[in-house]
Amino acid sequence: MHSDAFDRFHHGHSALHSLDPRIKVVVTIAFIVSNALLPDGAWMAFALAWLMILIANIASGLGVGFSFRRSFIALPFALAAITVLFSIPGKAVTSFHFLMWDMVITDAGLLRFVSIVVRSWLSVQMAILLVAVTEFPKIIHALNHLRVPTILTVIISFLYRYLFVLADEVMRLLRAREARSAVVAGSNSGGSVLWRARVTGNMAGQLFLRSYERSDRVYNAMLSRGYKGELMTMHSHEYRASDWQIGSIVFIGILIAQIVGRLP
Amino acid sequence: MHYSPALLHIPDGFLSLIVSLICWAITAVVLAMAVSRSNKALGEKQVPLMGIMAAFIFAAQMLNFPVAGGTSGHLLGGALAAITLGPWAGMLVMTAVIAVQALLFQDGGLLVMGANILNMGLVTAAIGYGLYRGVSNSSRGAKLAVAGVAAWISVMAGALFTALQLWVSGTSQLQVVIPAMLGVHALIGIGEAAITVAALAFILQTRPDLLNEKSTAAQGSRGWVVAGVVISLVVVLLSPLASAFPDGLNRVAEDLGFIHTAQSGSGPLAGYSVPFFADASFSKIAAGTIGALVVLGLSILAGRSLQKKT
Repeated sequence: MHSDAFDRFHHGHSALHSLDPRIKVVVTIAFIVSNALLPDGAWMAFALAWLMILIANIASGLGVGFSFRRSFIALPFALAAITVLFSIPGKAVTSFHFLMWDMVITDAGLLRFVSIVVRSWLSVQMAILLVAVTEFPKIIHALNHLRVPTILTVIISFLYRYLFVLADEVMRLLRAREARSAVVAGSNSGGSVLWRARVTGNMAGQLFLRSYERSDRVYNAMLSRGYKGELMTMHSHEYRASDWQIGSIVFIGILIAQIVGRLP
Repeated sequence: MHYSPALLHIPDGFLSLIVSLICWAITAVVLAMAVSRSNKALGEKQVPLMGIMAAFIFAAQMLNFPVAGGTSGHLLGGALAAITLGPWAGMLVMTAVIAVQALLFQDGGLLVMGANILNMGLVTAAIGYGLYRGVSNSSRGAKLAVAGVAAWISVMAGALFTALQLWVSGTSQLQVVIPAMLGVHALIGIGEAAITVAALAFILQTRPDLLNEKSTAAQGSRGWVVAGVVISLVVVLLSPLASAFPDGLNRVAEDLGFIHTAQSGSGPLAGYSVPFFADASFSKIAAGTIGALVVLGLSILAGRSLQKKT
């Protein structure tokens, strides 16, 4: 597996790519907070937020529909909100028969449900854009600057750095299991579910030991390269005028969306 | 890369701002304690170790086994991380895993990350380590059995906390979300328990020194046992109660004024109009059956591993 197998970064030279990572992280979180603050049914404000995402997509040089295409990851979770369709009292919009219950969808319930899903859908798109235009080590570095404890950011960097190595290890374990699991068509192969779970548990234990022993080698290799307990970066990370400008524009956009969302 | 998002990763938008911020506050306080303890207890060598262990938990979540009908069981790892690495380190490792899942894969939101860390990292680690610590000097069989129970309860705790947060946010209805989340995770938890027990048995057999060589500082104090038992009791007692009498909980929340009356209104799903889920006797029967199955599974597993030893 290649070292960038898990990477979500798309190379480019757009204004968003060169924006300071700290500004990008803060702006993304501000955008998500703003979505959470918008009242249910503030369609104009939601549309404005969507417009901001479209502009950001264009500014990133990745195409207008870039974040849209990947934005359905959170959709299955909408199931958790489905009960509000029926539970909030209001005017009946439509009703249907499900098994033995009469289900009535109310207008208030529909409003709430769509608002929740739209909020989630807008927020996830901004998060998708953030990792698409920022190298992950830079995001971690930005978190460090934003006062996230060093021990956490170092753990996250190691996780990111060695994930693909251990994922390879997982692939080897899965391939080994596959190779030893012959299936005769029509007959029940392998043992019970518990037996299968135990095999998987043994694989997890094996993975634990391999990871543990690898960490020793990693540490020794890093010591020999001058590791002193923290990760260095060669990026200077100084704010430029353009960083503040773009950051302010987004904040003004968020403010406008908030005002529009609260207009009667 | 098959990487399946778990049901517990709440995306942004599903929790209200207030709930998200309260969860972030709790998570921040616990993490601050974890960071200060770890900074004191751990040498510079342990930090790369924890980083790679975080990658291990992430990678171990990709291991799966077929259950039935195309579904598969896999590991969440909170209890396993806390038992193998100690409570504070386990919490930091789980936090890193959840942060990367949210930041890199959008599996779980950013504003709600505090809630996700609380549900899947902190609570699971406290239960996993707390219960295990109580029997850390006992026999191998007792250790494994308790680890399995702790793993199962930790998953249930994560599901219960997630359900409660969704409910308080006005996203889900209590009488549906509690039985649904707990029911699904009672099964997922059995997979979690079986993998955790088997992985621990494997490590105890091959490298028992890894589980015992933790410095006393990296280990937790006896206080963890109290914390683990208390949280477990809350989960074990509150879950059947919330499943059987969701209206009671709704009522308390209304009286305390932290939930809008509109959300517990009189729609067709309100009250006991979902007989399949809300029927108290059904919930009790289900809870009893599941409990019995778990005990049965654990005794089979423990018995097998003990047999193997002799």
